[in-house]
Amino acid sequence: MIMGTRYLPDFLTFRLSDNFKHMKKLLILGGGTAGTMMANKLHHVLDKEDWNITIVDKHKTHIYQPGLLFIPFGIYTRGDVEKPKANFFPPRVNAIFSEIDMIKPEENKVLLAGGRVLQYDYLIVATGTDIRPDQTPGLSDSLWYKQIFDFYTLEGALALRQHLKTWEGGNLVVSITELPYKCPVAPLEFAFLADAYFSEMGMRDKVKITYVTPMSGAFTKPVATKMLNELLQEKNIEVVTDFYIEKVDNEKRCLVSYDEIEIPFDLLTIVPMNMGDEVIARSGLGDDMNYINTNKETLQSVKHDNIFVIGDAANLPTSKAGSVAHFASDVLMENLMHAIEGRPLTAKFDGHANCYIETGYGKGALIDFNYETEPLPGTYPLPGIGPFGLLRNTRINHYGKIIFRWIYWHILLKGKELPVESEMTMAGKRRISL
Amino acid sequence: MAQKTIAGIAVEVSSEGYLENPAQWTKEIALEIAGEIGIDLTDKHFEVLEFLRKEHAAGTQLTIRKVGKSGIVDIKGLYTLFPGGPLKYSAKIAGIPKPVSCV
Ligand SMILES: Cc1cc2nc3c(=O)[nH]c(=O)nc-3n(C[C@H](O)[C@H](O)[C@H](O)COP(=O)(O)OP(=O)(O)OC[C@H]3O[C@@H](n4cnc5c(N)ncnc54)[C@H](O)[C@@H]3O)c2cc1C
Repeated sequence: MIMGTRYLPDFLTFRLSDNFKHMKKLLILGGGTAGTMMANKLHHVLDKEDWNITIVDKHKTHIYQPGLLFIPFGIYTRGDVEKPKANFFPPRVNAIFSEIDMIKPEENKVLLAGGRVLQYDYLIVATGTDIRPDQTPGLSDSLWYKQIFDFYTLEGALALRQHLKTWEGGNLVVSITELPYKCPVAPLEFAFLADAYFSEMGMRDKVKITYVTPMSGAFTKPVATKMLNELLQEKNIEVVTDFYIEKVDNEKRCLVSYDEIEIPFDLLTIVPMNMGDEVIARSGLGDDMNYINTNKETLQSVKHDNIFVIGDAANLPTSKAGSVAHFASDVLMENLMHAIEGRPLTAKFDGHANCYIETGYGKGALIDFNYETEPLPGTYPLPGIGPFGLLRNTRINHYGKIIFRWIYWHILLKGKELPVESEMTMAGKRRISL
Repeated sequence: MAQKTIAGIAVEVSSEGYLENPAQWTKEIALEIAGEIGIDLTDKHFEVLEFLRKEHAAGTQLTIRKVGKSGIVDIKGLYTLFPGGPLKYSAKIAGIPKPVSCV
């Protein structure tokens, strides 16, 4: 269905597009965080008379993914995180809701499931990343959604909510399967929120929380790891590092690592392996985890000049996070315009990421970093003023996270400007040695 | 960054003892670092080390999974070769920087 011309029957819309054959075509694959943002930004700069903008997604509902974290604890409900995707696309943009079957870069074509073919002059790939429990033996087996849950999907978060309502306690294991995964701080936040939740329920003494990670610490970068380790300790959360999951033993109810260490659980909340969409693999565009080889500064596909990549679908060496997609969107817009005008791509993305870390009890921490600079303490966005404290556990940071939902729906997705710089700045940050 | 003499060669190392410049690497250096960790290097180990050096030079972000798909060893095999920290140790012995997972 073509939403931009939503009052016309299908046969007429095809006629219409025939008449516009001379128009140039910008095609966006994926109408999640990044794709929606790009549609909103580009509709202002690509002339209506010359450019046809189309966006394709298989789902009609937009999910505010950061909100999924709060569902298991009854803080948010389904209604807080779902809205129709079409509400966020500008009226002139054609929205097609269909599975994308294949990208054919040599022919500048995209095939949709059902056989429809879309031609493009420029392509933006924003198909994101998704969980793949099928990649770990025993994970999506008899205990799946009974004693093992993910909180990266709406189904998983809702099922876990139901389970927690009557759970009487035991060994709660929070674990990460494989790197990279989106929103690297989410499982930590989950552990912090679980600690607060069980305390409020008056049953913290009945729950042992263990955080299991393939990394060598709570986080990869030293300064943030130190701060987060202290928090974990304070909250009595045990940490197991360098644990690489080989399989889940459903009978013994334990995680088994490649070096045959077992961690038993009564309740396992896990971030399964994350992978880019299979359409990337089918089209021969991905690495072994289906991420597209992307120039980390220009955001152009390394193989194809008229393909740009944004969001979790790219193999950029920074976090897979909505904030990263947001900071990248201005660079992508500028470089795309340069490419269209035949000028060199001069805008450079610095890998800027900015993540609120919910730590429970109405508090939160904040980290701000890029390709080169690890998260450091200080204030954000105003040097010396804040209001947000970097690498500090404060009440105001928690409000930052709560307000973020409003900002996400009303400013971020609509491609509007936020009062913070895209490029990371050292102003307000302190370099420290450990 | 610090200077260190490994197997009689002066090399630059990171605070965690990883070579800063992979070009300074020699087999003797590998043997000495492996000895410090407590690993006896076999031909199989060297095959893995060569793979890591080649991939690093090509700009690949290394993960255990990538090594597991190399056709040289599977992930379990990698753990048997470099117990306790397969990627951490193999990278150190291969004279390449510590692989950072991109978080
Ligand atoms: C629990 C959780 C907490 C998070 N918290 C934060 C946070 O606090 N801060 C932050 O910045 N980020 C956070 N994130 C990460 C953030 O949500 C993602 O990084 C962001 O949504 C990425 O945007 P994207 O457009 O690349 O991918 P997505 O928003 O996932 O969109 C991809 C779209 O592509 C579509 N698609 C894919 N393949 C196909 C196909 N073959 N055919 C048709 N359509 C297809 C999908 O349906 C989807 O709509 C969190 C994520 C989770 C799961």
